[in-house]
Amino acid sequence: MPSSPTHVSPTPAVQLESVRKVYQSGDDEVVALGHASLTVASDEIVALVGPSGSGKTTLLSIAGGLLRASDGTVLVGGEDITTYDQKQLTKFRGNNVGFVFQAVNLVPFLTATENLTVVAEMNGRGGSAAKQRAHALLEQLGLGHRKRNLPDQLSGGERQRVAIGRALMNEPGLVLFDEPTSALDSKLGVQVMELIRSEIKGRQTAAIIVTHDTRMTEFADRTVEIADGELLPT
Amino acid sequence: MKLALLELRRRPGRFAVIGTALVLLVLLMLFLGNIRSGLFLGSTGAIRIHEADRYVFSEDARESILRSEVTEVGLRELERIDGVADARGFGVSLLGVQIPGESEVADGAIGGYEAAGGRLPEPPPIGQGLADEGFQDLGLSLGETVLVGPAEVPVEVIGWIDDSNYLLQNGLWVNGETWRQIQNANRPDAIIGPDEWQIALVDFAASADAAATTAAIESLIGGDALDERDAMFAIPGVPEQNATLTAVIYATGFVVALVVALFFALLTLERIGLYAVLKATGASDGTLVAGLITQAVTVALISVVFGGVLSFLLGLAVPPEVPLVATVGQTVFTLIAVVIAAVLGGLVSLRRIIRIEPASAIGAGL
Repeated sequence: MPSSPTHVSPTPAVQLESVRKVYQSGDDEVVALGHASLTVASDEIVALVGPSGSGKTTLLSIAGGLLRASDGTVLVGGEDITTYDQKQLTKFRGNNVGFVFQAVNLVPFLTATENLTVVAEMNGRGGSAAKQRAHALLEQLGLGHRKRNLPDQLSGGERQRVAIGRALMNEPGLVLFDEPTSALDSKLGVQVMELIRSEIKGRQTAAIIVTHDTRMTEFADRTVEIADGELLPT
Repeated sequence: MKLALLELRRRPGRFAVIGTALVLLVLLMLFLGNIRSGLFLGSTGAIRIHEADRYVFSEDARESILRSEVTEVGLRELERIDGVADARGFGVSLLGVQIPGESEVADGAIGGYEAAGGRLPEPPPIGQGLADEGFQDLGLSLGETVLVGPAEVPVEVIGWIDDSNYLLQNGLWVNGETWRQIQNANRPDAIIGPDEWQIALVDFAASADAAATTAAIESLIGGDALDERDAMFAIPGVPEQNATLTAVIYATGFVVALVVALFFALLTLERIGLYAVLKATGASDGTLVAGLITQAVTVALISVVFGGVLSFLLGLAVPPEVPLVATVGQTVFTLIAVVIAAVLGGLVSLRRIIRIEPASAIGAGL
């Protein structure tokens, strides 16, 4: 698959500088991430691979403002979020980051459209404009005929596409994918990855994709490996 | 908030258990409240009917109408106090009332009064009386003559009067002379003199200083001059029954809060994943808590409506001896109490919601 030359924008989507994340376990310190530095360009797709417990989810969470780093500097879209409190991080995430979760986690009693518009509404951007954008996104994702369906009326692949639409709803500069194909068979997994690449590239947006499946890395511009909380040189 | 209401609309079954529990609790609160109102109003009508500013008891009465004793002379002295517009005599005797054609003797509160005041018109002529409308349910008709007490003193009923009972016994209102005749014929151990009443009903002049006038009355009589509320709560048994039922109602309100707290605590546990995702995508703690409180209050309001309808139907089914009185105040109190209990119950989940890590949406930070 394409390994297109990365267009480097003046402001990277993500800049992690010597980021550490340490958890306290009784008297002991558990280092989940140790001095990780990573830069993702504004339209780059990076695959983050590594075994379970290697720290890739921690890194993804810190890059997305879900967790605060213990040390180091985290810049997302040029904005230093290292010292943000929870309230600031919540607002930051709502405006700047899209998430696609492993378990999809759509709101079960909302239609496909509403699962998209709810993100806009929570961030103060509801109304007819949000609805139009949700419809447009669902059309682009091939779900125009499923707008009014509830999640349990959709197939696994369709649910994943709704989740991608939800992540793109607020036009974020960075989209984070956590094992987006783990619940799908390999054929559907490839289709979803193709869709992710096309949607991300089409929007000139950056993405970090955490995956166990090395076959999916071919859809990324670059692959970064992590083990024992350390990013490995590539 | 919209999300919370959509869930209620689209998944009503999810809230059926708490809704049913709350409807039953609201029904219990309203039923108990209506009994409390019924008991209270049925015990105190003979006080409220006078609408007097002060109810004056003699020195050794210890706020008991039956123990109190005031004289005509005393009444006229009261009227000379600055701030007193007029003073009227009142007394009451609890005796059986034989209604023509009825095998059972009805309980009656025979009220003797000196002059018109409040809802009472001018006293009827000797040997005639105004009967509480409750007597109609017992078979009494206008124009009939009832026999009062073991001495069977006749009183012809010439009119009806509403909400005039004393200690849940139907009021029969007569003039002072008829009342003394009834009392003295039936209670020779407690003879009332020709110029005696039990308590004085005092109306203030428009310009009266209530505190100063009350103090002057108490100084003159040596007893207590109570306002209407205190006079009602001076009736034996009234404060006890009121406090008992109020305690049960508050306990039921507490159970409402517990039920709501337990239900939404369990719901919050079930929603941890969903809340984490919503937090990750930009929902604030306030938004999530507001949604939960919205659901708790909405379920509570719907429960009050259904509970109110059931309470009304139950009121139609219970026998008339059960003193049920539905009041707007009681209904509004129940509504407010249930809503407050729902809010407090919902807030129990506040800490748990705040502690949900958005990072747990992708399995980090746990």
